[in-house]
Amino acid sequence: MKQPFEEVVGEHAQTVLRVCRVVLGVHDADDAWSETFLAALHAYPELAADANVEAWLVTIAHRKAIDIVRSQKRHALSMDELPERATSIGDPAPFDQELWDAVKELPSKQRQAVAYHYVAGLPYLDVAEILGGTTEAARRAASDGIKALRTTYLNTNSKGAH
Amino acid sequence: MKNTTDEPDVAALLAVLSAGPEAMDGLHRRLEEAATREGILDVAYTTVDTPVGSLLLAATEKGLVRVAFASEGHDQVLGVLASKLSPRILRAPRRLDEAAREIDQYFARSRTNFDLRLDLSLSSGFRLLVQRHLPDIAYGRTESYAQVARFVGSPQAVRAVGSACAANPLPVVVPCHRVLRSDGSLGGYVGGLATKAALLTMEAAT
Repeated sequence: MKQPFEEVVGEHAQTVLRVCRVVLGVHDADDAWSETFLAALHAYPELAADANVEAWLVTIAHRKAIDIVRSQKRHALSMDELPERATSIGDPAPFDQELWDAVKELPSKQRQAVAYHYVAGLPYLDVAEILGGTTEAARRAASDGIKALRTTYLNTNSKGAH
Repeated sequence: MKNTTDEPDVAALLAVLSAGPEAMDGLHRRLEEAATREGILDVAYTTVDTPVGSLLLAATEKGLVRVAFASEGHDQVLGVLASKLSPRILRAPRRLDEAAREIDQYFARSRTNFDLRLDLSLSSGFRLLVQRHLPDIAYGRTESYAQVARFVGSPQAVRAVGSACAANPLPVVVPCHRVLRSDGSLGGYVGGLATKAALLTMEAAT
């Protein structure tokens, strides 16, 4: 028997937002989150009862993020004139520009692999399925990504530094 | 969140990505609005505090479909709605604004009948027949199970009237609390006899 969708939102909202933030940055993550959960709500009645809901949501988020990046490229010229809209940027959770800069510097494959494995907790088999490569390639992308974040971000912020 | 890593620095890094409750509430509202706009919010619900405890209110696009007492287990009721109606269920209070307002007024004794669109699709057959009759019992009045049986044209079906009242998906709004035993004793009630007595006392005093 399928649980009410509200429970799916309650269980996975935060994780999916974190995934979107890593893949797209804080600004576009809200749009990706909204489109992901709207598409998920749409398809939810047809989802297999024994499906891995988190992997399903992350797969949708992956596609929505790609759509958002594509449409931004198409509308690159008008981007500066986009109207202000509400985002979660202003929320009181700790916001760390250096972390976001470090994440932004990663190649997109690495960013996605870090998001899906380290943030969503998906096994490399699932990550590889989403990214469309081998399990080994997914593992390498995630580990390279985390290594890069460690050197560019974590080392400069660890307590013993300076 | 599942943590696939034992690396504490990575865990600390990922914690920074979290959003606060206000941001999550904002995203949830946006989802409610988009789902409503696209017509895929099959069941919206909210809860309201009343003198007889927290009431769950759930509505389809057709109207109010379920009112549930806390004693019924709100999560359990939502689970039943997911399987009987649709799992596309969100906490989305806006669709319940009017129902919540009228229920507030009812408990404030400034309203004696409900003017709400109802979705009776959870009931069928004889139970539906009985539940359709119940709103005809005026505020502050009562009928016996036997009288209701006569009204719906099945004078022998007194016990079936009792189970139809017990299965009322819209208690308070569809006033099954106004049906008593012929000797004037309370009979049964989905929200418990104390709640039934409280509702009747309130209506009698108004």
